[in-house]
Amino acid sequence: MNVSRREFLKGSGALVVTFGAASLPSSYAVAQGPFGAHPSHIDPLKLDSWIVIGGDGIVTAYTGKCDFGQGMFTAQSQLVAEELCVSLGRVRLIECDTSVCADEGTTSGSQSTPTNFNTSNLAQAAATAREALMNLAAQRFGKPIDQLTVAEGVISDKTERRVTYAELIGNKRFNLTLSKTAKRRTPAEWTVLGKPVPSLDRVALIAGQFEFVHNVRVPGMLHGRVVRPPSVGATVASVDESSVRQIPGLLKVVVRNNFLGVVAEKQSEAIKAARRLKVSWNAGPGLPPQKTLYEGLRKQPSRDVLEVDSKDVEQRLASARTVVRATYTYPYQMHGSLGTSCAVADVKPDGATVWSATQSVYPTRSIVAKLLGLPLDSVRVVYVRGSGCYGLNGADAVSFDAAVLSHALGKPIRVQLSREDEMAWENFGSACIVEQRAAIEGSRIVAWDCENWMASKGGRPGYDTPGNVVTGELLGYAPETVSPQTAAEPMGKFENRSNFAPSYIAGCVGGNCGGAGTVLSERVLSHTVTSPFFTGPLRSPSRIQNTFAHECFMDELGAGAKADPIEFRIQHLRDERLIAVLNSAAEAAKWEKRASPKPNLAKTGIASGRGVACVIYEGNNGYVALIADITVDLASGRIQPHKFVAALDCGPVSNPDGLRNQSEGGILQGMSRALVEEVTWDDKRVTSTDWESYPSPYVGMEVPTVDIVLLNHTTGAAMGAGETAITVVAAAIGNAIFDATGVRIRQVPFTAERVRAALASTSQGGVE
Amino acid sequence: MSKISLKVNGRLHEVDVDSATPLLFVLADELGLSGPKFGCGMAQCGACTVIVRRQVVRSCVMPVRAVGEDEVTTLEGLGAPEKPHAIQQAFIDEGAAQCGFCLSGVILTAKVVLDEKPNASDEEMREALGGVMCRCFAHIRMLRAIRRYADTRKA
Repeated sequence: MNVSRREFLKGSGALVVTFGAASLPSSYAVAQGPFGAHPSHIDPLKLDSWIVIGGDGIVTAYTGKCDFGQGMFTAQSQLVAEELCVSLGRVRLIECDTSVCADEGTTSGSQSTPTNFNTSNLAQAAATAREALMNLAAQRFGKPIDQLTVAEGVISDKTERRVTYAELIGNKRFNLTLSKTAKRRTPAEWTVLGKPVPSLDRVALIAGQFEFVHNVRVPGMLHGRVVRPPSVGATVASVDESSVRQIPGLLKVVVRNNFLGVVAEKQSEAIKAARRLKVSWNAGPGLPPQKTLYEGLRKQPSRDVLEVDSKDVEQRLASARTVVRATYTYPYQMHGSLGTSCAVADVKPDGATVWSATQSVYPTRSIVAKLLGLPLDSVRVVYVRGSGCYGLNGADAVSFDAAVLSHALGKPIRVQLSREDEMAWENFGSACIVEQRAAIEGSRIVAWDCENWMASKGGRPGYDTPGNVVTGELLGYAPETVSPQTAAEPMGKFENRSNFAPSYIAGCVGGNCGGAGTVLSERVLSHTVTSPFFTGPLRSPSRIQNTFAHECFMDELGAGAKADPIEFRIQHLRDERLIAVLNSAAEAAKWEKRASPKPNLAKTGIASGRGVACVIYEGNNGYVALIADITVDLASGRIQPHKFVAALDCGPVSNPDGLRNQSEGGILQGMSRALVEEVTWDDKRVTSTDWESYPSPYVGMEVPTVDIVLLNHTTGAAMGAGETAITVVAAAIGNAIFDATGVRIRQVPFTAERVRAALASTSQGGVE
Repeated sequence: MSKISLKVNGRLHEVDVDSATPLLFVLADELGLSGPKFGCGMAQCGACTVIVRRQVVRSCVMPVRAVGEDEVTTLEGLGAPEKPHAIQQAFIDEGAAQCGFCLSGVILTAKVVLDEKPNASDEEMREALGGVMCRCFAHIRMLRAIRRYADTRKA
């Protein structure tokens, strides 16, 4: 299929978003196509792939990083306005549409800001466009650029002469490659970026008129529903289609390997058919007992990675006067998006369009092409926002569901998952166990050894692995599994991208020390083992689990040394920016210098305490320190956070209001994950299938205060912020529980039951 | 299938559906409204909230026939983007949203509470919002917006 950009623009304008560029004349639009080969037909090195100036002076920008509700749409619009010296109202941003946007992979990992706001991609494209426009004006006026000024899309020389962007290039191609030397506007010059611009989508959202993927409607659209297996690993023996034949509106039962779905005229008919369809299933292999999950993880064959190894750790541990050991565990948790995942697919004989809330439009395009046997360049995936997405929720799987059902009928089909199907089959955040050992001399840590085991099955489908999510596996594609492998010697630079290592080690590999800390005797070994459930990135993947273990263990070491927790941390750090966020948080929280636990612990009633935790997210992508003030009801074990104070340094801040908004959400979501969230299962199936079996605090909960101090580090690189704050919440709360009670709880979540049991066993003289 | 008349946001509609169909699917699929949303289908989260008879109703579990002649008000029925209702304006002023999927539940529930009792205490408001979820946890700003709206009503 040879589809021009304009045809796509025409096709989508009415449906999903208002495309400002739809008015482009065909000469320009056609020139954008036709499709080339994977990875992208839209060359990211060409300026015309990113920026178009319309005849009306509107700047249309095309980005491969999309907004899931945390403000990237607004921040990227600000970036384009800033670099092109126009007001925000003159910018139109088109997000993640494979027909018009360059392939920027997946929007994830707090990488949108680092990717698009630094020295390449969207930021550099906008700077290149401004430079090109200034050059054109300089030629027209016959004056050097430094004698020109630009404002609101109008370039003037110092006389009366002026020319608009539209007059210079309106509706025409730049025909330039991105310039590495095009000068970016500096934070000191910013007038749009760096300002607390209110989120551009809020009015439509609050008025109930924002179009989510759930609201996409295509003429002739039908409703599909999937039928997932009754237990993990079950396979289809037979399907009795006569069981649903009487249901009015039912059009088809689709069976493909173990994938089952129904299609009906109306949504409620599809739901009824999915519920009533009689299927005979072969039982799955069964699930390991939840009670012994963590011991089980440790016994499995594993794929090992050695991040750092100074080779002297065992010796230091053997000779040290004091050795501290502890084991930390973190459960499977889920994205649990508020709206169940939804997608609309329109598969025709010569091509397909999928409206999807995926984080990965290009990889999704590849997988859909593979599943349907279509040429890659005949598939278009358009991102339309779904319900809040904190990683790989059901968005990819449901996009494949919709594509397969639409393919079977040749008609456009909308699929939305049931709550149970969403929760039981999404890619969970991994369960994890971490073993910590440290050697102490005086009040210094002299050796630190940590070893983690993380459960894994599947993950992002990428461009080629449909089996990494449930739909693909049911269709017969294998998920990525763990091939056992012993660890190679550490190589290259120590970067701590997964936060497997604590901040306090020196991180020395081959003589180069990339860690944030000072502990020279160090070993960090990670094991990936097979999970019975699908796993995948969930806000702060592996970072949240390991940081919980590191920051609580650091607290244990500080308590053992009778040191103030912040002072003790700073004593073992050499990274100035991490030290700075610790000091800022301490100052804002009026931190009282003393050791934990607090003196004169309460024995009955309500105990109060404070805890701190800090991290450099992904080793280089944002600094945070968080202080939690909590109370513990000693009778019930209930934890109530009252106040969080966070200090954040994410480089130059693009939008302080957006950063605060998403950090507030991250901290409270972290609190929910620390206190209540845990996926449960029985011997066959996941039993966390609704909001009673997987609770999450309601809007009516007692909401703690959240104060956020932003350290606007304007000279460095722009960093992500989506996952920074959430990463330290469980540790800060765990440390506050210890401060309040003297009891260390090393297992998330800190449910009232678990806290009560820990308090009881300690008061009876047991060891927690 | 039966023909059902339904008054929604001041307009009368006639739809041809099974009368047991959940009200939500009629609003979303037949009338093309985007305010109420499917979150759980079990009245656990509030994303599908609408107002009927001055009460909040979980439209995902209410059969359309149970509406009768009463008017249904959805989030978009409160006010338009260019002329939002005062409670919507308070949410806009506070920037009280992240993904926004939860807003029908939060805004309509708070409005019904304050319509009934303009001086509702924080405690009463919390209780009313005790069945409304937001998984982005924009709680702080949403509660601030509700307080702002309550204050403007009192003034």
